[in-house]
Amino acid sequence: MTTLTDPPKESFQLGMLIYDTRYRSMTIQIVALIGFMLLIGWLISNTAQNLATLGKEPNFGFLGEPAGYDINQRLIDYNSQSTHLRAAFVGLLNTLLVAVMGCATATVLGVIIGVLRLSKNWLISKIMTVYVEFFRNVPVLLWIVFTMAILIETLPAPRAFRGDNPEATMKLFDTVAFTNRGIYIPEPLFSRGLGDISVFGAFGISIDLLVILAALFGGIYAARKVTARANRIQEATGERPTTWHINLGLIAVPTLIVLVALGFHLGYPELKGFNFKGGTHMRNSLIALWLALSLYTAAFIAEIVRAGIMAISHGQTEAAAALGLRSNRIMSLVVLPQALRVIIPPLISNYLNLTKNSSLAIAVGYMDITGTLGGITLNQTGRELETLLLLMLCYLIISLSISAVMNWYNESVKLKER
Amino acid sequence: MSDIGFVRKDMLPEQAPPASEVGIIGWVRENLFSGIGNSVMTILSLAAIFYTLAALLPWVFSPTWNAGSLNECREILHAQGKEGHFAGACWGVIRERWIQLMFGFYPSDLYWRPIVTFGLMFVAVIPILFNMISRRMNWFLLAVVILLATFAFGGIIAWVLRILSAAGAAYLAYTLFATDKADRAEQIAQGAKRLPNPLIFSALFPFIFPWLLWGGSLWVPIGAILGFVIGYYVYAALAKTVGGLAGLIAGPLAAIIWWLFLVGTFAGVMESIIPLSIEAVESRKFGGFMLSITIGVVAIVGSLPLGIVLALGRQSDLLIVKALCVGFIEFIRGVPLITLLFVASTLLNVFMPPGTNFDIILRVLIMVTLFAAAYMAEVVRGGLAALPTGQYEGADSLGLNYWQAQRLVIMPQALKISIPGIVSTFIGVFKDTTLVSIIGLLDPLGLTNAIRADANWNGVVWELYGFIAVLFFVFCFSMSRYSMYLERKLQTGHK
Repeated sequence: MTTLTDPPKESFQLGMLIYDTRYRSMTIQIVALIGFMLLIGWLISNTAQNLATLGKEPNFGFLGEPAGYDINQRLIDYNSQSTHLRAAFVGLLNTLLVAVMGCATATVLGVIIGVLRLSKNWLISKIMTVYVEFFRNVPVLLWIVFTMAILIETLPAPRAFRGDNPEATMKLFDTVAFTNRGIYIPEPLFSRGLGDISVFGAFGISIDLLVILAALFGGIYAARKVTARANRIQEATGERPTTWHINLGLIAVPTLIVLVALGFHLGYPELKGFNFKGGTHMRNSLIALWLALSLYTAAFIAEIVRAGIMAISHGQTEAAAALGLRSNRIMSLVVLPQALRVIIPPLISNYLNLTKNSSLAIAVGYMDITGTLGGITLNQTGRELETLLLLMLCYLIISLSISAVMNWYNESVKLKER
Repeated sequence: MSDIGFVRKDMLPEQAPPASEVGIIGWVRENLFSGIGNSVMTILSLAAIFYTLAALLPWVFSPTWNAGSLNECREILHAQGKEGHFAGACWGVIRERWIQLMFGFYPSDLYWRPIVTFGLMFVAVIPILFNMISRRMNWFLLAVVILLATFAFGGIIAWVLRILSAAGAAYLAYTLFATDKADRAEQIAQGAKRLPNPLIFSALFPFIFPWLLWGGSLWVPIGAILGFVIGYYVYAALAKTVGGLAGLIAGPLAAIIWWLFLVGTFAGVMESIIPLSIEAVESRKFGGFMLSITIGVVAIVGSLPLGIVLALGRQSDLLIVKALCVGFIEFIRGVPLITLLFVASTLLNVFMPPGTNFDIILRVLIMVTLFAAAYMAEVVRGGLAALPTGQYEGADSLGLNYWQAQRLVIMPQALKISIPGIVSTFIGVFKDTTLVSIIGLLDPLGLTNAIRADANWNGVVWELYGFIAVLFFVFCFSMSRYSMYLERKLQTGHK
C-alpha cells in the first residue's frame, strides 16, 4: 500500500526572493527595472529643472521658423528664408548623398585592393598591404582634413585659367576643370525636358530623371527575362544561346531613345570673369569627404574581402577545377557565392561606419545633417536637447534601415540548412 | 636474345637546377615576372613607386630643421635653388612645436608628471600583458619606477640615479627576455609563490593616474581607495552577523555614501593636518597626444568591464535586463560618436542636478567610455556566441554557479576568441579620440589650428599632419602587432 502525501507546503519567505532560483530571476529583473526607472526619472527631473531655470522648456516650434543661413551644397531648393526643418532635410539628403557615393566607391576600391592583396605578384601584394595598414592605422578625421588640404593647396585657382597663355588648362578635352574651389564637370541638360513634379509641395523631382530610370530598369528587367530563358534552354538542351548582344540592346536602346527624345546634351563649364560658370560644381568639401571616406573604408573592406576569399578552402577551387570549370567561372560560380556569406555581415557594419563617419563633414564644412541641424541650427536657436534628439533619431533611423536592408539581403544569400 | 649494349648500373649525379629557377633570379621570375600580365603590373607598380618616392623624398629631406618660421624655411630652400609650394618640408615647426603637440598647454615645469604617469602605466600594464611574475620582473619594474621618479627632480644626484636605474632596467630587461623559455617558466612558478605580486601596483594605478595628471591632494585618491576598503569591511561585518544579502546591499551602499558625501570632507581635513598635494592643473591646459592617450586609455580600461557586463546582459535569459542592454548597445552603435560628444559638450551638465558643473574632459571621458563599451559588448558577445553549448553545460554539470562558470570556464575562452576584435576596438577608440578637436579640445588635430594661428607658422599644413599621422600609425600599428602576438601565444588549437 502506498500513501501519497502532499509535499510539505512551503511558506513563502522573503529570502526566497533571492535564494530560490524560481523567484530570483524575477527579483533581479524587477530590481533592474526599478533602478532603470529611477535613473531615467532622476535624469528627466534634473533636465526639467535645469531647462526651467534656463527658460528653455522643450519645444519643437523652432523647426518652423526661418533658418536664416545659407547652405551652399543642396539637392533641393533652399534659401535662407526656408525653415529649420527644411535645412535639416537638406542636410539629411547631403548625408545620404555622400554615404551612397562613399559606399559605392569604397566597395569597388575595397574589392580590387582585397583581391590584389592576394595576388601572386609579390610587389603588388606588398603595395596593397602598405596601403591597407597605412589607411587603417591613421584616424579618418586626419584623412579628411588632409584630403581637403590637398585639394585646396595643390589645385590651381580659377584665375590661373585666365589669359591667352594660362598656367592651368581644363582636362579631358576641355570638359572638366580642377580648381581649388572645387571640380567643375559637365552637367546633363534636356532641351525638351518635361519639368519637375512636386512632391507634397515640398520639393521637386525631375520627370526626365524618372523617365530615364524607368527605361533603364525596364531594359534590365527584360534582359533578366532573356537570361532566364537562356538558362532554361541550357538546362533542357545543354546548349546556351548567345544572349549578350540581346541584353546589351535591351538595356541600351530604350534608354538611348529616351535620351534623344528628351534632347539630352551636356552643359560644359566655362570660365566667366573670375570663376567658372555652367556645368556641375562639385565642392571641395564634398570631394574631400567622399574621397577620404572611400579610401579609408576601402582599406577595411579590402581586409574583409581578403578574409572572405581565404575562408574558402582550397579544396573548393580544386574540385571546381576538376569539374573542368575555367578560372573565371570558378571565381563566379564557386568561390564568390561562398565568400559572400562571410563577407556580407562585416561589410554591412562598414557601410554603417562610413555613414556615421560622414558626420565628420563638419570638419571640412560640408553641410550634412550634423552641420545643419546639429551645427548652425543648434547654435542659432540654442535648443541643444531638441536638435540633438532629432539628430540622433535621424542617424538611428538611417542605421537601422541600412542594417534591416542588408540583413534581408544576407538572409537571402545565407546557406540554407535544414 | 637481344643484344643490349649498355645498361646503366647507377644513377646519374643530380644536376644543379637551371639558374633561372633558383636564387634571386628564380624568385624574381616566379614572383614578379611570371606572365605577361604580371610583368606589366610589376613594371607599372615600380614606376608608381619611383614617381612617388621621387616626389616625396626631396620634400622630406629638406635642411630646414633649424628654421624659426615659414619664411626662414623658404629662404633656406631658396638658397638651395628650390622654389615653389612643394620645394621642401619645413621641419622647423616640428622642432619648435613637437613638445606642444605632445603636451598641449600643460605647464612646462610639470612635464615630468605626464611622462611619469605614462611610464608608470607601462609598469602597471606589463605584468598584465606578459603574464610574468618573477624576481627579475619585480626588480625591473622597480628600476623603471626609480628611473621615472628621477624626472621629478633635478641636479647631479638625479642624473646619477637616472643613469644607474636606466642601465639596471636595460640589463634586467635583457636578462628577462634573453633567458630561455624553460628558465622563465621556472622563475614564474617560483615567483608566483613567494614574490609580491606586481598586479597590486596595477590595481592601485587607476587612482595614481588622475592624481598625477590633474594634481591636487593625494588624500583624494586615498579617500577613493578607502571607499573600497570601507565597502568591503561593511560587507564582511554584516555578512557574518546579519546575512550575506544584507552585506551585499549595505557594502556598496556604504561605499557610495562615502564617495558621494564624505570623501571631500575627509580629504579636506587630512590635507589640513598633513598636506600632501601637488600643483593642480586645469583640464583646459591638457592637449596634444597626452590628451589623446588619456582619453584612449581611460575609455579602453573602462569599456572592457562595462562591455563584458553588457554582453552578458544581452545573452541572458532575463527579459528586462536583456531589453535594457540591447537598447543601450543598439542606440550607441546607431549614432555617430560626434553626436555623443555634442551631448557631452552641451547636454551632460543639463542632465545632472542643478548647479553641477563638471569638467569637460571628464564629460568626454564618460561619453567615449560608453561609446567604446557598446562596441566592446558586441565583440565579447561574438566570443560568447562562438563557444559551443557544451562548455556552458559542462560548467553547469560541475556545479558551478553562474558567476563561477563565467569566471572559470566561459570568459577565459570567450575573451581569447575575441582578442582581435577587442584590440581593433581599442585601435578604433584611440583613433576616434581625434574627434574631440571638433568640440574644441586641443588634441593634436586641434593644436594644428592653434599652431597655424601663430604668424610664424601660418600656412604650414603637411608637416603637422604628416607628423601626427606617423605618430598615430606607430601607436595603432604596434597595438595590432601586439594582438597578433597575443593570438599566437594563446593559440591552443592545432593547425
